[in-house]
Amino acid sequence: MNERKKLLEVNDLQTTFFTDSGEIPAVDHVDFYVREGEVLGIVGESGCGKSVTSLSIMQLVPSPPGKITGGEILFEGQDLLKKTEKEMREIRGNDVAMIFQEPMTSLNPLFTIGNQMSEAISLHQKKWSKKQIKERAIEMLKLVGLPRSEEIMKEYPHQLSGGMRQRVMIAMALVCDPKVLIADEPTTALDVTIQAQILKLMRDLNERMNTAILLITHDLGVVAETCERVVVMYAGQVIEEAPTEEIFENPCHPYTRGLIQSVPDMRDKKDRLYSIPGNVPKPGSIDKGCRFAARCESAFSRCWIETPELYRNSENHQTRCFLYDEQEGVTNANEQTTVKS
Amino acid sequence: MFNYTIKRLLQLIPVLLGMTFLVFMLIRAIPGNPAQVILGQQATKEAVEALTIKLGLDQPWYTQYFSYLGGILKGDLGESMRTRLPVADEVWPYLAATLELALFAMIIAVVVGINAGIISAWFQNSWFDYSAMVLALVGVSMPIFWLGLMGQWAFAIELQWLPTTGRENVRDPVSAITNLYIIDTLIQGRFDQLWVVIKHLILPGLALATIPMAIIARMTRSSMLEVMRSDYIRTARAKGQKMFWVVYKHALKNAIIPVLTVIGLQIGLLLGGAILTETIFAWPGIGRYIYDAINFRDYPVIQSGILIVAFIFVMINLIVDLLYGLIDPRIKYD
Repeated sequence: MNERKKLLEVNDLQTTFFTDSGEIPAVDHVDFYVREGEVLGIVGESGCGKSVTSLSIMQLVPSPPGKITGGEILFEGQDLLKKTEKEMREIRGNDVAMIFQEPMTSLNPLFTIGNQMSEAISLHQKKWSKKQIKERAIEMLKLVGLPRSEEIMKEYPHQLSGGMRQRVMIAMALVCDPKVLIADEPTTALDVTIQAQILKLMRDLNERMNTAILLITHDLGVVAETCERVVVMYAGQVIEEAPTEEIFENPCHPYTRGLIQSVPDMRDKKDRLYSIPGNVPKPGSIDKGCRFAARCESAFSRCWIETPELYRNSENHQTRCFLYDEQEGVTNANEQTTVKS
Repeated sequence: MFNYTIKRLLQLIPVLLGMTFLVFMLIRAIPGNPAQVILGQQATKEAVEALTIKLGLDQPWYTQYFSYLGGILKGDLGESMRTRLPVADEVWPYLAATLELALFAMIIAVVVGINAGIISAWFQNSWFDYSAMVLALVGVSMPIFWLGLMGQWAFAIELQWLPTTGRENVRDPVSAITNLYIIDTLIQGRFDQLWVVIKHLILPGLALATIPMAIIARMTRSSMLEVMRSDYIRTARAKGQKMFWVVYKHALKNAIIPVLTVIGLQIGLLLGGAILTETIFAWPGIGRYIYDAINFRDYPVIQSGILIVAFIFVMINLIVDLLYGLIDPRIKYD
């Protein structure tokens, strides 16, 4: 499985917001990759930079104030950041497509579904006839499980429910057979039952069309159900990366452990749900030491002085925590883990 | 939509009725007897009295009002006290002159205003945005008569590019068919005259367009800025759409409704409120027609003139309301 080629590689990405109150590094030296046909999850609390990361890949960061200030985004080996706006337009919606959190507002209320679907096709299939475009649009609407898709083509977004609109968004994103689909919190705004349907749909499409998916979410349940590999982000940085099973069985970073503990467990009847104390620091407010130190139960003196790197604790597991720095020694790490559990 | 239109048209009846009553009473509050004005200061008391009776002005106001209303219902807008001609026959050339000028001005205002607003919003905080918005602010605060006079001085007197006043070359008058001279000259194939007519339209048209242009630009900008932040704009860009089409297709259609409202109101204002411009440019329009009628206490002309302007005003606003429904499928009229 690991021999699959890396399709999308984000290396040392930095996206900064230049505001009146100073520069805010929303994405701070972020690295990750997505392989062909893989489902990668990016998890983190609100404000940790996951959405900005995804918008950076599409180069749709609202600018001003946002700007990509460094790094590279390799798609099939080519750096997207070096492409012109015209070249990027060829890629957007064609090779890399995106769906958003708010299905209620992500479709233009004044155009029919058919019009918006056809637009997505005709932008990249310039030689297709009107009939071909229409057929393809209807075919995609059927594929995402929308009944009476021919009628829906003539309807406006306000005539559809939230779940149906998100299906339309997915159909529209996949209409040009993209190699990567970036899904930014695709189920957050939906009812739980609809959530499950949409996730199942995305998994099916991933299997059927072999589209790689970059799933951005704050919901570990969604990750467990959908993703092969997980990247955990905190305050603009990647703090842990591992295959999904590994993350749930052996979470290493204290933050990841906290996240997993704060998922309600039906079998365990604790009085109160665990929550990580404190809040996500404002990006750019910490210039020294580990960004999680202030909220970390295992923090020790070094955490306040030095800035941790991503340390590799096994072949496919990396953690940004001194507990996994070989200098500190494995004993220390084990000790800390025992203390915690 | 059909039922709604009928309902709205029926609602116009009390509005217009109230308006006729208000105008009827107000003009009678202006001091001065029409008979006296017509006959002049030297007229004998008997002559004035005789004319007063002849004009029906000796009747109690309600008799006069209801006979006026009765006339309107029969399509009779009354007769000018001054020229003795039916208002309905007399008014069209004036109205046409104003319509032509107002439409010309509105086309300039809409095309320039909307585009300036769009570009300002698209490139927010750019030099274009700043200069357009400063100009728009100057535009709304500029007294039209001053702007008109300056235009005449610069382009008509100094540069001699454009005529100072009037609608046409008096030595080569347009033979009127519709009284809309652009159409008349086109029908007759008189392109030399067409060019003259357009040249006459430019200065008063620009003077008249200034304020609506500025208002439309500011309204478009703020409406566009709000729309450009919407999720569906990001969706359109994520599809790979060109920024130009994202702005002019996806954003503009969503931003246009408040702008349309403003345009509707401004057209109405241009029709009735162009008196200053019409005076400066000696434009034989409806504003001047009513203004002269007020000076002569020509009651039927004032009443019917204002009624016509008011009618056009409410009709334009009805059309604007109906347009909302065509633009936004979420607006339903039943």
